[in-house]
Amino acid sequence: MGSLSTVLKLSPTNSRSQASQDSSAVSLQNVSKTYSTASGEQVNALQKINLDIRSQQFVSVIGASGCGKTTLLRIIGGLEPEYDGDLLLNGNKRSGPTKDIGIVFQDANLLPWRTVLDNVLLPAHVLKLQIKQATARAYELLDLVGLKGFEAKYPFELSGGMRQRVAIARALVHDPSVLLMDEPFGALDALTREHMNLELLKIWQASKKTVFMITHSISEAAFMSDRVIVMSPRPGRIIEDVVIGLPRPRGLDLLSDAAFGNYTRRLRHLLDNGEDAPTIGSNAASGRVHYD
Amino acid sequence: MTDTSPANGKPAGPVIASGRASVRRRSIPGADYLVSLSAFVVLLIVWEAAVRVLRVPDFILPPPSAIFISLYYGLKSGLFIEHFFVTAFQTLTGFMLAAFFGIGLGALVAQFRIVERTVYPWLVALQTLPKIAIAPLIIIWAGYGIQSKVVIVALVALFPILVNTIVGLKSCDQGKLDLMRSLGATPWETFRLVRLPNALPFIFAGLNVAIVLAILGSIVGEFVGSKAGLGNLILEANFQFNVAQMFAILVILGVFGVTLSMVVRFIQGRLLFWNAGFSQSI
Repeated sequence: MGSLSTVLKLSPTNSRSQASQDSSAVSLQNVSKTYSTASGEQVNALQKINLDIRSQQFVSVIGASGCGKTTLLRIIGGLEPEYDGDLLLNGNKRSGPTKDIGIVFQDANLLPWRTVLDNVLLPAHVLKLQIKQATARAYELLDLVGLKGFEAKYPFELSGGMRQRVAIARALVHDPSVLLMDEPFGALDALTREHMNLELLKIWQASKKTVFMITHSISEAAFMSDRVIVMSPRPGRIIEDVVIGLPRPRGLDLLSDAAFGNYTRRLRHLLDNGEDAPTIGSNAASGRVHYD
Repeated sequence: MTDTSPANGKPAGPVIASGRASVRRRSIPGADYLVSLSAFVVLLIVWEAAVRVLRVPDFILPPPSAIFISLYYGLKSGLFIEHFFVTAFQTLTGFMLAAFFGIGLGALVAQFRIVERTVYPWLVALQTLPKIAIAPLIIIWAGYGIQSKVVIVALVALFPILVNTIVGLKSCDQGKLDLMRSLGATPWETFRLVRLPNALPFIFAGLNVAIVLAILGSIVGEFVGSKAGLGNLILEANFQFNVAQMFAILVILGVFGVTLSMVVRFIQGRLLFWNAGFSQSI
């Protein structure tokens, strides 16, 4: 997996992620979650999830609807305070929200009465950051997501793709080390989505965040990620942790590459057949995979 | 909704289907007002002519000319002005009290479960009660002066504001609340930054209803018991069979109501420009 070394190498400039060389940005240990429905039925949403995400890795999760992907993201994001097991963020145990995480939801969730700039600055207001510095950063981020000059516009003046880009800038304004994305481009059409994928890769490469992204799209997962976590339907478990050993930077020409095709076939196979899928192409060398 | 192009709601340009149709559809600015205004003038002329030809007595239906004369002298002598200010003061003070308590109480009900459990059922029960029915009681408690009418107005105008505030504050989209929660926002920050602005379209819908009810409450309150005000003056004219003056006062009340309604809508338009869904219809 030599091609991954550049990506996985921890940047010495990012002091926050440097507690120790082998510490993970996000670590889930035996995390389970059980819901009780309105009729009193117990639903096992997640069953003993073990997952380590190294700093600055791009990890995607795919799986059928209702496999607990979103629950997993909400637990990491502090939106689901009740669960079993342990969650460590940069080596520290935690529960509840933290400012070291930025979340991009499926809907942009912009506040329609605020300008684009004020929407991006929302976390800065809530987290009581220095507004002057945050504003400068917001301008940079809006430039990064290709919305320079749109600072004074209102959400109703933007297209769906532009709104989602504002949401990405907002998730990054307080400079979190971890970016969580819940099907960020699910509501967009295929062409806009492809464009946004490239944009996001560019942003990720520029900002060097740890990214945890949920997606329904196999090709999106393979195209973007260092690792793709394949989950099974209820109870949600990790079937396989597939390392995507494709070189970076990645462009759209990769989509027609044979190696890329092998990965998407393998992911498709895993989704269809569960854990019985034969290993082809790559193995889960770098990810710590646990079966239960 | 198209996601790829800026959704500013404005079409690229007028679509001209065919020469004749486009000429027919092209409208002069204000033409609609001109049409409705001329219809009104025609109505006045027919009214005037009918009353004169059929010799309808003045105390049944006065001609428009008599109403305008009554209006002119009423305004000139200062009689209408003096009573108008009483009614206007009652209406506006009562309305502002209703807005203050409606939004405040609504916020408490929406934010605190204990308040909701204890107060809300009573509010719902009170809402079904015709508020005008307790007007005589309030006259007994607060006297014949302005205070009693302010209380009646506030009571009548309170409920639409209160109910809309509660619905608006509760109708907040879960995604926006999750966003605030993920940032560790306090309940107050979530209220101030998300819930309250989100509820504004609902609150303004309530204010629009309430401003009309406020005038109603003011006049009916004066009917029940008062020393002054346009409602008081209507009763007085009624006892004297001065129907022309009654109509003249109705004209003033009409202009007053439309003006207040327009002020609320103007503020609404200014504050809620971002809310594409809010209706401009009356």
